[in-house]
Amino acid sequence: MSDVTASHRWKIEKGLSGDFIFKAVTVLFAFSILVILMLMLYEMVSQSLPSLRKFGSHFITGMNWDAVQEDFGALPFIYGSVVSSVLALLIATPLAVGTALFITEIAPRRLGGFAASLVELLAAIPSVIYGLWGILIMTPWLQQSVQPFLQKYLGFLPFFDGPAYGVSMLAGVLILVIMVVPIITSITKEVLTAVPRSQREAAIALGATRWEMIRMAVLPYGKSGILGAIILGLGRAVGETMAVTMVIGNDPKISLSLFSPAYTMPSVIANEFAEASSPLHSAALMHIGLLLLVITLIINALARLLLWSMSRGAARGAKL
Amino acid sequence: MNNKVKLDDLNVHFGGTHAVKEVNIDFPANSVTAIIGPSGCGKSTVLRAINRMHDMTPGAQVSGRILLDDTDIYGRGVDPVAIRRKIGMVFQKPNPFPAMSIYDNVIAGYKLNGRMRRDEADEIVESSLQRVALWDEVKDRLKSNAMELSGGQQQRLCIARTIAVRPEVILMDEPASALDPLSTLKIEELIEELKERYTIIIVTHNMQQAARVSDVTAFFYLGELIECGVTKKIFTTPDRKQTEDYITGRFG
Repeated sequence: MSDVTASHRWKIEKGLSGDFIFKAVTVLFAFSILVILMLMLYEMVSQSLPSLRKFGSHFITGMNWDAVQEDFGALPFIYGSVVSSVLALLIATPLAVGTALFITEIAPRRLGGFAASLVELLAAIPSVIYGLWGILIMTPWLQQSVQPFLQKYLGFLPFFDGPAYGVSMLAGVLILVIMVVPIITSITKEVLTAVPRSQREAAIALGATRWEMIRMAVLPYGKSGILGAIILGLGRAVGETMAVTMVIGNDPKISLSLFSPAYTMPSVIANEFAEASSPLHSAALMHIGLLLLVITLIINALARLLLWSMSRGAARGAKL
Repeated sequence: MNNKVKLDDLNVHFGGTHAVKEVNIDFPANSVTAIIGPSGCGKSTVLRAINRMHDMTPGAQVSGRILLDDTDIYGRGVDPVAIRRKIGMVFQKPNPFPAMSIYDNVIAGYKLNGRMRRDEADEIVESSLQRVALWDEVKDRLKSNAMELSGGQQQRLCIARTIAVRPEVILMDEPASALDPLSTLKIEELIEELKERYTIIIVTHNMQQAARVSDVTAFFYLGELIECGVTKKIFTTPDRKQTEDYITGRFG
């Protein structure tokens, strides 16, 4: 009898201490992520301090990037990043949502599954491969076929003005489209699959056609999830470095024309960091990195907010 | 009584399963027909065949004829979308569109007819909500989200949404099984009133409900129609032993 009691007590104590260790370890791990983020922020701020002190807000509005004169303004890079990402999303979103609708609503199950795995395959290709393809195949094609065509028929618009180099904002946008479509498609596909059957049946029973059902029941139900997918795509587009650097032309100019070369924030860091000889040049690059980090954090926060509001909407839907 | 809907040698297969076997049954106009039977007897399958909902299910095969006023709804050149506008359906769980207001939910189906005037829409919404006795409860908050309503109100909203399309037949698949007793009572009263204008076919698990609301009752077992007749007779002196056993609760 006393044996049983003893072993029983021993078990209780052992369990408690094991739990404590487990808890301590997980807290440590979770905390370390926060610490790393903080350290990174601190390091970036302190490293970019010379630039922050010297240029202040001029850094964001300045158009000149001159390593020799040590005058640094990041506006062309911010412009390049924002414009290329936003344009890429404008093109990629309808493509991706259309593809996801095809996979979930239109295609026979087997074909849909095949298309879905192709899309996931696209997402797994390293970006440098996209970049190589961009340089070797896409930019010559743009230079020889697409840009002359656009210039001939739409050349009166400022967007299609100037000589056709191939490497250009247009090339950067297109490569981003190709890279962002798989992400938006696969998340949108998940969102659409989660639309309950009862919602589809409600629309069908009211005499909706397939398209009307999609418009009435499927898309509104998945609206915020799709928005979240788009924002995650935006995050990817803003941060994408390699492939864009290879095709965008890397010229810090602000031009309305999609034919002229441009430069993005990640690209300038990747291109110049190894060769930055003066401390101010390194600081300016760090400063750009800091801006990029802040922009990415804001985008992620927005995505979380949207996902949160979506899950709240779903909870409301499940309440019945 | 003339017959609104007539099933003629109806068979439904799902892959290799023969879910509904050789069913012949007439549904009289402007009356309530209850379909009863134990789980898995094919009663919902029969119901969903009547507005071609099985078209959406891969692997489902419907054969035989279903006549709506002498038109075979599975006939050549018949548009299932048009059929569903004449034969509306109310589901087991209330399924309003969560992204829409009460107003937009009611008008959602009617809107598919094309553009309409604002006052026309207002009129449809009000009369549909009146008919399901929901108007007084929601008239001051037509723009609020439909999910803010209680389960029973949501189900009446779904019925309003169905009748706003102006169907001739309403199919109901256990419309009160997810509701509390009070809401159930309201739905049953509503069914009683709706039969003046519509032909109603209701699937129910609840035999008291079938006895209360229906004029005709059809008893299904293992995919076959066992017996169909005037409700009072089915519940007091059924012809078949199986019907009696089920109704008296000896199995099911």
